[in-house]
Amino acid sequence: MLDENITYFEKQARIYPRSVKGRYRRLKWAAIAVLLGIYYATPWLRWHRGENLPDQAVLIDMPARRAYFFGLEIWPDEVYFITGILVLAAVGLFFVTSLLGRVWCGYACPQTVWTDLFVWVEEKIQGDRNRRIRLDSQGFTFERIWKKTVTHALWILIGLCTGGAWVFYFNDAPALFDHIRHFDLPWSVGSWILGLTASTYLMAGYAREQVCKYMCPYARFQSAMFDRDTLIIGYDAGRGEPRGKHKKGTSWEGKGHCIDCTQCVLVCPVGIDIRNGLQMECIACGLCVDACNDVMDKVDLPRGLIRYDTQRNYDDRQAGRATQSRLRLWRPRTFYYLGVLSLVSALMVYGLFARPRMELHAIQNRNPLFVKLSDGSIRNSYVVKILNKTHEARHFALGVTGVPVKRLDLQSATPLDPADLVVEGGMVAQYRVMLVADKQPAYRLPITLTAQEIDGGLHDSAATIFVSGDEP
Amino acid sequence: MADAGNKKEIDRVSGVETTGHEWDGLKELNNPAPRWWRWVFLVCCIWAVGYWIVYPAWPTLSGHTEGKFGWTQHRQLKESQGEITARRAAYLGRMKGMSLADIRHSPELYEFARAGGAVSFKENCAACHGTGAQGNDVRGYPNLNDDDWLWGGDLDAIYKTIRVGVNSGHDEQRGTQMPSFGRDGLLTPAQIDDVTQYVTELHKGDAAPVTEARTRGAAVFADNCAACHGKSGEGSIEMGAPRLNDEIWLWGGDAASVHNTVTNAHLGVMPTWENRLDDDTVKMLAIYVHSLGGGK
Repeated sequence: MLDENITYFEKQARIYPRSVKGRYRRLKWAAIAVLLGIYYATPWLRWHRGENLPDQAVLIDMPARRAYFFGLEIWPDEVYFITGILVLAAVGLFFVTSLLGRVWCGYACPQTVWTDLFVWVEEKIQGDRNRRIRLDSQGFTFERIWKKTVTHALWILIGLCTGGAWVFYFNDAPALFDHIRHFDLPWSVGSWILGLTASTYLMAGYAREQVCKYMCPYARFQSAMFDRDTLIIGYDAGRGEPRGKHKKGTSWEGKGHCIDCTQCVLVCPVGIDIRNGLQMECIACGLCVDACNDVMDKVDLPRGLIRYDTQRNYDDRQAGRATQSRLRLWRPRTFYYLGVLSLVSALMVYGLFARPRMELHAIQNRNPLFVKLSDGSIRNSYVVKILNKTHEARHFALGVTGVPVKRLDLQSATPLDPADLVVEGGMVAQYRVMLVADKQPAYRLPITLTAQEIDGGLHDSAATIFVSGDEP
Repeated sequence: MADAGNKKEIDRVSGVETTGHEWDGLKELNNPAPRWWRWVFLVCCIWAVGYWIVYPAWPTLSGHTEGKFGWTQHRQLKESQGEITARRAAYLGRMKGMSLADIRHSPELYEFARAGGAVSFKENCAACHGTGAQGNDVRGYPNLNDDDWLWGGDLDAIYKTIRVGVNSGHDEQRGTQMPSFGRDGLLTPAQIDDVTQYVTELHKGDAAPVTEARTRGAAVFADNCAACHGKSGEGSIEMGAPRLNDEIWLWGGDAASVHNTVTNAHLGVMPTWENRLDDDTVKMLAIYVHSLGGGK
């Protein structure tokens, strides 16, 4: 036998993180408060847009095919802005990671925020680490059953609030809240709430650090953004080793400052030992820093045995090349990321301001391609759409360039004048346009349809063709 | 593949029993199926039992188990059709008793009729007139997009043509027949040549070159053709005689085609749709055809 203990699948070991107090724990609470505050408050912000328009500052109105973000209004044909936002988010993440390491993972990621919240509930109901371990080793005692029941009930409640807030982004919040209060909500809203409740409960209650370890791609490719000057959480091995128990009052001569109390391991939400160096699992939450500083205070040693620092500083100090930590935040890498970030932002801002408030689209009818009329002239028909992205009715004159027009007719139930077409605000008007001209020498002539606002500056054109006969 | 018999073999590296199957030195481990897989399998089994209860599932000697829901594809189709019929009925109810012109000028009903007419057109008319109603001048199927109408291009005329057909045998049919001037010896081949030249140049009006043949052809036309096609070839909607002084030809406008038409004549037939399609559909078809661009 080579090794009888090889396992091909690692079973999830239950982690019981000990609670800790300190600077980074406070920072984490502050981050949670701000982020959850933004998440829950945003749908309730109002933004006046005018008559017949939603007054919700941030709203994705699926049935009406509109997205609103304060003063911006996005139509379905402008979803490329979402691509821009995603690019910005990705590069922004790269930038922050190259500066400060995995701060996103440790403080801002929803998985971290909700897991923290769930662990907090766990601790309040079942007690700290040791009590939780003891509780789980009991059989089905009354204490265990009621504590577990209350914990899970609270978890589900948090999940319900999570899903319950999500749906407000897609509906008018006050109106939907009224519906929810009376349990009168469409199945789509209900299933979103239930689905997100379930995913919150499973992800933050059970999967926890497994998400970061196995599901999250970001954790895996972050190493590509790391270099020796990236801020990481590390253990100062030069100062800490050789570690060992220390009796109060005895000399530190020949001993490292690490007293091997394992507090850094006990508080770790992903269950690693930071003293083994930088690890893929580390989400850089800083709780081990808090725990170690606490211990260092007790044994009257300077703080910072475990701290935020760069790999270069750890190595330099261990090798005796430096005594002070020095941060090199501005490196070529950070400038690259900043450059891309500014470029994409500039493009998006330009795109937002330069986007047309009105569009004209034309499709030539291909069945039949052309119609010969009794006087020998040729008729082509087109489906023409005018998009009016403003909020007021606008008048447009439809024109044609590229072919001498004999007649321009619109087919509709009520007579329409191509020289004065009214398109209501925020609407797409569709017309069937019949264009008659003499037979042209080119069987397929490129032409342009134009729409010009009457008493206004909006205009657009659409390239199309005029077909005079069968393909030669 | 070698079978190791009944002897249990434990893999040295993993400590797992092998199945005894071996391919080129690779042995298959007898690992159990993953736990999640077994759970999914179990849930599927339970799901299947529920499925048997509510849906048709097991064959019996006399057919199959019906299931509590009584679901069949046929019934589902009927329900879906019923839904559509109900939705259509709202519009059709409003159309009842309205004139075609009134429907055409009501924006909602116009779009409804056009949509319904387009579907019926593709099902019933496209076989001859083409999916784009562009017709076929080799087989004599008229183009319905243009402004030349054999039997009239207003809504009521189109409606009647669809209803009664052409040479269809219907009591009120649009009936017409051109004599076979050549085959039946009504005109000599020389006369046919002359009248062909005259007719093919009719659309040019006064711009047509004056030749002897054309002058002779004009006389032949006046004697034999003008009665139906009109003095200047303007055609007759009452008789269904095509207009000849335009650039649209039912059976082709080149000299050979016209010569053939005069010699042998054609008998166009369109079936009556009165007993095949309900009146609502014929109305919708009339509005659709009228809206193609040539409607008067």
